[in-house]
Amino acid sequence: MLDALTPSELEAVRLSLKVAAASVLASLPFGFALAWLLARRQFPGKSLLDAVIHLPLVLPPVVIGYLLLVLFGRRGPIGQWLDETFGIVFAFRWTGAALACALMGLPLLVRAIRQSLEAVDRRLESAAATLGAGRLWVLASVTIPLSLPGIVTGMLLSFARSLGEFGATITFVSNIPGETQTLPLAIYTYTQVPGGDPQAMRLCVLSVLLSLAALLASEFIVRRAHLRVFGDAH
Amino acid sequence: MRIEIDVERRLESFRLKASFSCDAPVTALFGRSGCGKSTLLNLVAGLLRPDRGRIAIGDRVLFDVASGVNVPPEQRRVGYVFQDGLLLPHLSVRQNLLYGRFFTPPQERWADIGRVVALLDLAPLLERRPRHLSGGEKQRVALGRALLASPRLLLMDEPLASLDAGRRGEILYYIERLRDEVRVPILYVSHEIEEVVRLAGHMVLLSDGRVAASGEVHDLMGRMELRGLIGRYEGGAVIEAKVAAQDLDSGLARLAFTGGELLVADVDALVGESLRVRVRARDVSIALERPRDISILNCFAGRIAEIGIEPGSSVDVRIDIAGTPILARITRHSAARLRLAAGQEVWALVKAVSFDRQSVGYA
Repeated sequence: MLDALTPSELEAVRLSLKVAAASVLASLPFGFALAWLLARRQFPGKSLLDAVIHLPLVLPPVVIGYLLLVLFGRRGPIGQWLDETFGIVFAFRWTGAALACALMGLPLLVRAIRQSLEAVDRRLESAAATLGAGRLWVLASVTIPLSLPGIVTGMLLSFARSLGEFGATITFVSNIPGETQTLPLAIYTYTQVPGGDPQAMRLCVLSVLLSLAALLASEFIVRRAHLRVFGDAH
Repeated sequence: MRIEIDVERRLESFRLKASFSCDAPVTALFGRSGCGKSTLLNLVAGLLRPDRGRIAIGDRVLFDVASGVNVPPEQRRVGYVFQDGLLLPHLSVRQNLLYGRFFTPPQERWADIGRVVALLDLAPLLERRPRHLSGGEKQRVALGRALLASPRLLLMDEPLASLDAGRRGEILYYIERLRDEVRVPILYVSHEIEEVVRLAGHMVLLSDGRVAASGEVHDLMGRMELRGLIGRYEGGAVIEAKVAAQDLDSGLARLAFTGGELLVADVDALVGESLRVRVRARDVSIALERPRDISILNCFAGRIAEIGIEPGSSVDVRIDIAGTPILARITRHSAARLRLAAGQEVWALVKAVSFDRQSVGYA
């Protein structure tokens, strides 16, 4: 049944992977910075920031999609500014799908990184400082390596979340084959046309296999990361 | 190199106010837990900021509130050996050792890798991860790592505290080698007086965040009013002596000091070597006349300088032996029976077997 994927199915899979990868890579610096802020700093409004980061987890995705459309659309205040200043356009582009996925995956990313940052023994950072490492060196040579398992976990969770993203994406960047039509959107399309059930089922099976592969790979990669950092398997 | 410290720091309800200077190869910061020893080290390392004061090593000022100097920890070039090693778990022993060296400017690297590895016997450990090391091995690597950053000053925060008794002797031996072969001053925090006597020439006695006394170890150890702070069980005078002879047949060493010759068993030393010997007060007895036909080898004629007034069933008596003070702890009962009084001529008796490796420090 899966021996030959049609070009349009292949396109949907390729796009899904591209969008997920881009969303994870683009959100990683922000996610790490937010996690570091929440784990290491005390400041007014910290609880509020924490709550806002977690909103995508509890809000209906369509709300996130609509807010993105209002803010990052062609005429939206941020979208217009980005277009005029840097020539970056999110509306109805695959980059917009990646933005929606990044936002939906951010709470998972931040949570995982924050937890591993909180588990890092701060005294190891002090020890590194007495050995001559400045703050950035301490971050690069102690803090980040020691929180690597959490960083990898967060990236994989966010990646898997992106593969399944539907509501925010379709609301923000619509359902354009080859540009924004990721796997879930393609399945939805087939269920809306008469006689599309077999194709929808093929994509569903594909989706299950893809997600399963992502989860198994993440298990393997996290274990490898832990082994590399601490020299033992969890 | 002269170390000058004059700092104040408040931590919640605790207040540290310490001022002293020292110039010895090893200076011990001694006191009970919670007296502020570790806080003081953190201030010197730059991990904590003093509320006011000044810290200088030689001619280099690390902190001075008056002139606004506060050198960040990574630029202080102060090696820190922590109680539990704090090796970086994601790096091998070799990478840990080279970590500090990497950040040291090439023209300031005086520590030689081969020499440090040989000094601390680290060669078999180089490719291992910290989690596969025993407690003693971890501390050796921590010593090596601090040394290889070519520090101007080494800070040691109870480096033996997390080790069992057997390993302590081993690490003490390595610290002695380091002190004698590498010319870098050490600030050594401890609450074990035998470590202090073995390693340090100078001692700073801390109590409740204050410097109760600062001076040469043998001076402070002979002072009666400090006995409560040093701890009565292990307390006793420290004598500076030189090995006059070593008799291999009997296993006894003759140690010459200003008051005469002290015979000790089970102490390895070379003839001519200078030693600090701790004579525990509870190992010293007092007789009114020179005893005859007695197994005790050390009998010194002296004069009672002071009798302690502390409450309890025992009293400490300071006996002056030709200028060298010795402390004796006897029961209050015996003191009364012998009618001991200041100025009285007495004999101080010390068994040669009451000494061991832990009683002796090599100066």
